[in-house]
Amino acid sequence: MSRTLSAPVTVAFDYTRSTGPVLGRFLTGLRDQRVVGGRTSEGRVVVPPPEFDPVTHQQLDDFVEVADTGTVTSWTWVPEPVAGQPLDRPFAFALVTLDGADAPIVHALDVASPDQVRTGMRVRVRWAAERVGAITDIACFEPAEDAPTGSATELGDLGDNPVTGVITPVELDYQYAASPEESAFYRAIAEGRIIGQRCPACGKVYVPPRSACPADGTPTTDEVELSQTGTVTTFCIVNVPFLGQRITPPYVSAYVLLDGADIAFLHLILDIPAEEVRMGMRVKAVWKPREEWGTTIENISHFSPTGDPDADYDTYKHHL
Amino acid sequence: MRDVAVVGFAQRQMEEFDGSPTCVELLVPLFAECYEQTGWTRRDIGFWCSGSSDYLAGRSFSFVQAVDAIGVIPPVNESHVEMDAAWALYEAWLKIQTGEVDTALVYGFGKSSAGVLRRTLALQLDPYTMTPLWPDTVSLAGLQARAGIDAGLWDERAMAEVAHRSLTDAEKNEYAIRKGGSSVEELLARPMYADPLRKHDCAPVTDGAAAMVLAAGDKAREVCDRPAWITGFSHYVDPISMGTRDLTRSPSAARAAQAAGVDGVEVAELHAPFSHQELVLRRELGLADDVAVNPSGGALAGNPMFTGGLIRLGEAARKVWEGEATKVLGHATSGPALQQNIVCTMEGRN
Repeated sequence: MSRTLSAPVTVAFDYTRSTGPVLGRFLTGLRDQRVVGGRTSEGRVVVPPPEFDPVTHQQLDDFVEVADTGTVTSWTWVPEPVAGQPLDRPFAFALVTLDGADAPIVHALDVASPDQVRTGMRVRVRWAAERVGAITDIACFEPAEDAPTGSATELGDLGDNPVTGVITPVELDYQYAASPEESAFYRAIAEGRIIGQRCPACGKVYVPPRSACPADGTPTTDEVELSQTGTVTTFCIVNVPFLGQRITPPYVSAYVLLDGADIAFLHLILDIPAEEVRMGMRVKAVWKPREEWGTTIENISHFSPTGDPDADYDTYKHHL
Repeated sequence: MRDVAVVGFAQRQMEEFDGSPTCVELLVPLFAECYEQTGWTRRDIGFWCSGSSDYLAGRSFSFVQAVDAIGVIPPVNESHVEMDAAWALYEAWLKIQTGEVDTALVYGFGKSSAGVLRRTLALQLDPYTMTPLWPDTVSLAGLQARAGIDAGLWDERAMAEVAHRSLTDAEKNEYAIRKGGSSVEELLARPMYADPLRKHDCAPVTDGAAAMVLAAGDKAREVCDRPAWITGFSHYVDPISMGTRDLTRSPSAARAAQAAGVDGVEVAELHAPFSHQELVLRRELGLADDVAVNPSGGALAGNPMFTGGLIRLGEAARKVWEGEATKVLGHATSGPALQQNIVCTMEGRN
């Protein structure tokens, strides 16, 4: 058995960025099936246009339109494409110098095997059917051995609907592992127990257990089974709805200091009107039906008032 | 300039770390090794600096979690870079130069195996024109390797010779996760992977962590018989665009080497995650032919993200401690296709 528990986790975010005048021109061009390059102070035509001149550092303002045909200047085979790449079958990434440009662009080249690629081969842009003003408006390159050599032309009017922003969805998949100490905690939770670990140096008990005592860096090795009752140290009343919320506001999210622990952990306080929750209130863990248990903190549905008198402030003042 | 030396180093490398991506449980024993080497406790460390990334950990503020391994009551003087820990070492070296502190412990960690490393690293590229295509690390290195082959600067045999020497040397490295050279011919007979790269041309995906201790002047002499004194430390960066760089060159590596000074170097540990990159670096750093390159096996034998570079510096420093060399060089790289480079030269004095 692995010493750790793990689960797949996906982290995703749609990055929204403004484009500025230089990349805005480039992306506007792509949307309209035109490739815009920038002419640097050294007279080189670069695609995509750099926002600032590499020598003078001035904002680039000399634009040309280059051809959608070009020549491969380097390539590599991609035997196992990863999610999000332009093609979902093996393909080549290539550096392609478009006709009229002096510097290559990186993009995918749709060929079936490495035998079908060579440095110097002629290729052409395959435009995406639906274009939005993004680098992916170029779906990929495709072989075009007979394509006549194009050239740069002055950039005409790009119209009055320029691309000003771009949205890039990013999604990363992980197999996320709990630490060995956290794994022990979750395995105990699956049996209806709450365990922590005691720092052998300072004696503090942490729940959930951590790999090292954050106060002195000592590995926490002594396992401690904790009480299922505790004290509300501090709390907040959640009034604001948010994505993924499971309980209708208002409800209380509180730090609960379990008896015998030195660090409080966050859980819900239910079975009492939100406005009656208070610091020092004594609470107990309420578990879901056993058949619903897993290796998750959600086995504990919430904490509920015990009805006992409130704890003295002195008993939890060091845990705020 | 203050005299500053590397006086402690510890590392772990593995194919798959059975633990959390914040690596606290991996860092605790590494710090313990550093304390043992120096006779210090955490309270003797004036400054802490780490290298890591949330993109690798899959969670936010992972470097804050890792601080648990230090123990921070009373509070510590601490910083972080989202680069290889070799750059964290640079920050620590500067911190000591300011005179504010005399000692520093630098660490890095990363669990590359938690995700798809070559894909995750696409997030370090230009977010408008590159990242949406997810050009993976291996592909970008492949474009670079082909550019050099086409230009006649190296060939598949030269690349295989690098891999063969590295994997053979790695047999003596207890931390290496890939080792054992058979022959150049046998390596060349293996199938292509990302043509023109074979799998042995690419550093293995590696989990791991490392920690290094710096100390100034007498503090260093007190704890180390033969400290590895830093004689030069410099880093430069090339443009991120793959199209406007000559991929067969690395001007940033050359400038870093010129600034650090490579004269008299006997051993160089170069952070070359792809075989052809060692050939680029040898040229750009201007290393003499008799310099021993990567006696540890280098990154082709193990390359944990965020410490692959620091480990090179540590392996180089060890040559000084053990009296096997007087002047050594450690190099680290970051970014796509050798975009960012740092060079640290160290020497032993009797």
